Amino acid sequence: MNKHVKNVTPETSDLSRRSFLVGTAATGLVLGYAGVPGVGEALAAPSNFEPSVWYAIAPDGLVTVTCGKADMGQHIASTMAQIVCEELGAKWSDMRVSLASNDPKFNDPVLGAQITGGSWSTMMNFDAMSRAGAAGRMALTEGAAASMGVPASELVVRDSMIVHAKSKKQMSFADVVKSGKATKTFTPDELKAIKLKTPDQYSMIGVSVPQLDIPSKTNGTAKYGIDVMIPGMAYGAVVTPPVRFGATVKSVDDSDAKKVPGFIKAVTLDDKTQTTTGWVVAVANTYANAKKAAAALKVSYDGGPNAKVSSESLLDEAKRLQKLDDSGQFFVKDGDPNAAFGTAAKVLEAEYTTSINIHAPMEPMNATAEFKGDILHIYSGNQFATRSGAIAAGAAGIDPKFVVMHQMWLGGGFGRRLDADMMVPAVQAAKAIGKPVKVIYTRENDMTMDFSRPLTYQKVKAGVDGDGKLTALSHDVVSAWPTQRWGIPDFLSPSVDKKGPLDAFTVNGSDFFYTVPNHTVRAIKNEMAHNATPSGQLRSVAPGWTFWAVESMIDEIAVATGKDPAQFRISLLDGAGKNDGGAQRLRNTLLAAMGLAGYGTRKLPKGEGMGVACVSSQERATASWTACVAHVAVAASGEVTVKKLTVATDVGTQVHPDNIRAQVEGAAMWGLSLAMYEKATLKDGGIEQTNFDSYTPLRMSQVPEVAIAVIANGEKATGVGEPAVTVIAPAIGNAIFNASGARVRALPITAEAVKAGMKA
Amino acid sequence: MPTLTINGRSLSVDAANDTPLLWAIREQLQMTGTKFGCGAGLCGACTVHVNGEAVRSCQTMVGDVAGKKITTIEGLSAKGDHPLQKAWIAEQVPQCGYCQSGQIMQAASLLAKNSNPTKEEVVAHMDGNLCRCMTYSRIQKAIMRAATEMRTASATATERRAT
Repeated sequence: MNKHVKNVTPETSDLSRRSFLVGTAATGLVLGYAGVPGVGEALAAPSNFEPSVWYAIAPDGLVTVTCGKADMGQHIASTMAQIVCEELGAKWSDMRVSLASNDPKFNDPVLGAQITGGSWSTMMNFDAMSRAGAAGRMALTEGAAASMGVPASELVVRDSMIVHAKSKKQMSFADVVKSGKATKTFTPDELKAIKLKTPDQYSMIGVSVPQLDIPSKTNGTAKYGIDVMIPGMAYGAVVTPPVRFGATVKSVDDSDAKKVPGFIKAVTLDDKTQTTTGWVVAVANTYANAKKAAAALKVSYDGGPNAKVSSESLLDEAKRLQKLDDSGQFFVKDGDPNAAFGTAAKVLEAEYTTSINIHAPMEPMNATAEFKGDILHIYSGNQFATRSGAIAAGAAGIDPKFVVMHQMWLGGGFGRRLDADMMVPAVQAAKAIGKPVKVIYTRENDMTMDFSRPLTYQKVKAGVDGDGKLTALSHDVVSAWPTQRWGIPDFLSPSVDKKGPLDAFTVNGSDFFYTVPNHTVRAIKNEMAHNATPSGQLRSVAPGWTFWAVESMIDEIAVATGKDPAQFRISLLDGAGKNDGGAQRLRNTLLAAMGLAGYGTRKLPKGEGMGVACVSSQERATASWTACVAHVAVAASGEVTVKKLTVATDVGTQVHPDNIRAQVEGAAMWGLSLAMYEKATLKDGGIEQTNFDSYTPLRMSQVPEVAIAVIANGEKATGVGEPAVTVIAPAIGNAIFNASGARVRALPITAEAVKAGMKA
Repeated sequence: MPTLTINGRSLSVDAANDTPLLWAIREQLQMTGTKFGCGAGLCGACTVHVNGEAVRSCQTMVGDVAGKKITTIEGLSAKGDHPLQKAWIAEQVPQCGYCQSGQIMQAASLLAKNSNPTKEEVVAHMDGNLCRCMTYSRIQKAIMRAATEMRTASATATERRAT
């Protein structure tokens, strides 16, 4: 079933040879792929689940867990090892991690592909990793029992030792592996029937063990994609056009570049995958020379159809589309808001916007491509090896089964490395010069060619009855459709009004857990934005804008009806119907944040205020319940100081408490950064911000006091990398209103907007 | 061929004088712990020490550092056990880790001069180093932890000398 070319990745074939378990079980959902040339081929048919795929125990007893997830700082490799370790019974200091190739056998057992995002990894791999660990323990125990001549049922496994108390005999995992007696085959049913530990039996899960990758990230030894060195390789610097997308190269004059020592060639990309447009790569013997050559190239362009598009025109187009009755498709359609507005005692309307935002991970995009025989090797840290391998193949003009993706540590992902644009220049440059080539984006390339968070425009209308009860809400979301761009139908969702699939990654979060009898959400694709600013998934994706609108509007309604915004939310989180369960958890989380922040319990000085927000991102089905109380001070100038952010999050089960806090805090600071400090703009089709002087993520001096409460109530483990991003902006906006009476409706929040709101 | 004195060794690099030190270190010497982040001195990922001062190696040319003592993350300590490196592990600072070599080198230049910094001094010294994972509060804690360890160690050493 494994279509991957055999013997192309020594480390994986080694792994199979060292494997001591064989077993099969059908995987769950397998996603079909189409739309991107060759993507279907890149995927295996339903792959078999061999517990041994996920880890191997060497004769020295070291347990190496192979992580099929991209590790971009969320320590997912270490987390996978921890889950295996719990059931396996190994000693933590014996655990090691390695990063998987794109061999389909390493595909996510639930998703059926290699993709990392959505805060899904822990949730979707917990069961598979636990069973793999348990199966290993059983095989080792039976092997040890045979060697010792005692019944397996009398053996106890702990800290990589298998002990028979009665006879005082014991064997280490290493001993059993060396004995060759640890062989056991599990049928799918047997694997499924393994009785896993219950939470009260955990000794590893819930413990903040030292992350396995951290020491290498304090001494310079962790290898990222940019650190790959291949003997004889050359370097590529890309020359990108002034227009984000749609330009074509008219001519390239390399006469000056030829004077640069070490210059090899200028390669104009012929990108049939349409990931890039109008790019040229300057190839030289060193990166410094490649950059010099790139600067010396004289490239002329046809700017293409998007050369005049600006942020303003994107917003105008969004407003035009929203006004049309037949735009878009319905994501939520409960009751009939329009009818309810007719009988409402009060109707509120508001527009909310968010700017273009840039991922800007600290490691600029890069990839190294090497053709070896029939095989194309790609070295790059990537979040979506399955699709990116297909893009690389498309760039090379070969079948995706001949592409091996070597995963590296990611110097930040945040969704940026779901994309595969960097494969194209590396592959075509390597092909053109017949040598391996490492392409590194400059920061300027990285920012101007980002698959950015799209500019969004949202219109929300709310109806309140005579008792102040929210009876109707209509919510239109206009944006580029980042996930549709992938061309993978299974990532799209059917629309409620059966008008064809929609990109739920533009509206997730708007299907909230509040009880509102008449509620519609319309997902409207801004085709102009979609074409001019090919967008991507940025940490937390749609909830980063949908909750900005929803949680601001809920506040506006509370204010308009004379209610405390937090108490108003609690009244809406009544758990009726489809919201049963989720609503109560969100309510409790909000109460926890309120309690921790001292919301409503003390008088604040003039010019200070508190605001709340609560969110359930990312999807309803994969929610983490997160609430924030923001405490701000607003000066007469409109200048906002965030004094404190209190975040509570219900994560169900904590695999690693310290990592959860790290993720929640990082996410909250992302939320703050997006709310206050990050803004990109489009002019003449190009992103205007080129480096960290004009695009300005949060710095240390801008970090406020942060308090975090993690609620672990024994429910299933949820993702934690994203929800706290989304809750911050509305909490701050609501706090600004509470402090100053200024309502802000555009992200990022500026002093000018606050000041203007104060006057109004 | 320029010769660089780096981490206590003299190494010649095949690079023109106007080559940024960053790329000479990474490509010529294949010491990849020093990272490229912005190429404009705006993020601090490429921070190394030149004669003990933290500098941005993307803005420092090979020709300008001849004869000067260069230290990279690989040479900060013999076994990766500088008080800051130990504190970085104790506080579990790194997430993606990409900026952390630069953060540690930047912090080391502070503690070399001032092993009892205030929070404000730490922030002022570190504000040029971006961390996109936003590990700032842990970086601060780790610097304070390392400072404490360095003070304790030097106090112990002083006592020893005194007796």
